[in-house]
Amino acid sequence: MTQTNPTQRVVVGAHYGLRDWLAQRVTAALMTLFTLLVLVQVLLTPGPITYGVWAGIFAAGWMKFFIFAEVVALIYHVWVGMRDIWMDYVKPQGVRLGLHALTMVWLAGCAGWTLQVLWRI
Amino acid sequence: MTTNRKTFRNINALTDLPSYRLPAAGWVSILHRISGAVMFILLPFILWIFDRSLTSELSYEGLTASFAQGMGVVPGAALKLVALVLLWAFLHHLFAGVRHLIMDATHRVTKGFGRSSAQATLVLSLALTALLGAKLFGLY
Repeated sequence: MTQTNPTQRVVVGAHYGLRDWLAQRVTAALMTLFTLLVLVQVLLTPGPITYGVWAGIFAAGWMKFFIFAEVVALIYHVWVGMRDIWMDYVKPQGVRLGLHALTMVWLAGCAGWTLQVLWRI
Repeated sequence: MTTNRKTFRNINALTDLPSYRLPAAGWVSILHRISGAVMFILLPFILWIFDRSLTSELSYEGLTASFAQGMGVVPGAALKLVALVLLWAFLHHLFAGVRHLIMDATHRVTKGFGRSSAQATLVLSLALTALLGAKLFGLY
């Protein structure tokens, strides 16, 4: 019989089967493509990379569209990765819950900062 | 016939790990994790660079000057060193990730491919880090 007593569930576990495993790969592929997208634009620029060239890359409307998706992908990817690290090395559930919460705050703050920079250009 | 090799059960980080010989794939794996954690911790540093490089022409020049001449008590070389660590972390994480994707997509999960692809990951990421690091520190 499977243990189904709800009071014994690990609340700071992953709750995952295939979903996060797949999400980790889809977000990774997206970030790889995005890296190439920026890299190609930098490499195809003749002459030095001035502020105008650099900001121009991120100011394009279609780039902003992709960077937003990129930021969401990055945050989800980092969340899954960091949660796995906490789950592997931190066994007391209370401490782990605290670290999970800190990770979320850290990532949410960083995502907000990125979007502020992005939407200011 | 069985050989009398030392076996490890419930390895201890302090007494067993120093003598524990990791195969190339093992190094790629633990470094994949470490490089990810490094980038997570240094996210604000990355964003600080991103912010200053894009906000204005003035902040862009200020950032360039920080890396060249330093910023307050922090020497420029220290900023470059952190950037170099991030560069390695990104490259290693990227190549190790692509290695996973190739294995997932092609089902090439033999011991031989695991070994050779792990070696390729280590060589590629370290070589590119050295190449870009030399550029970062103005060697060419």
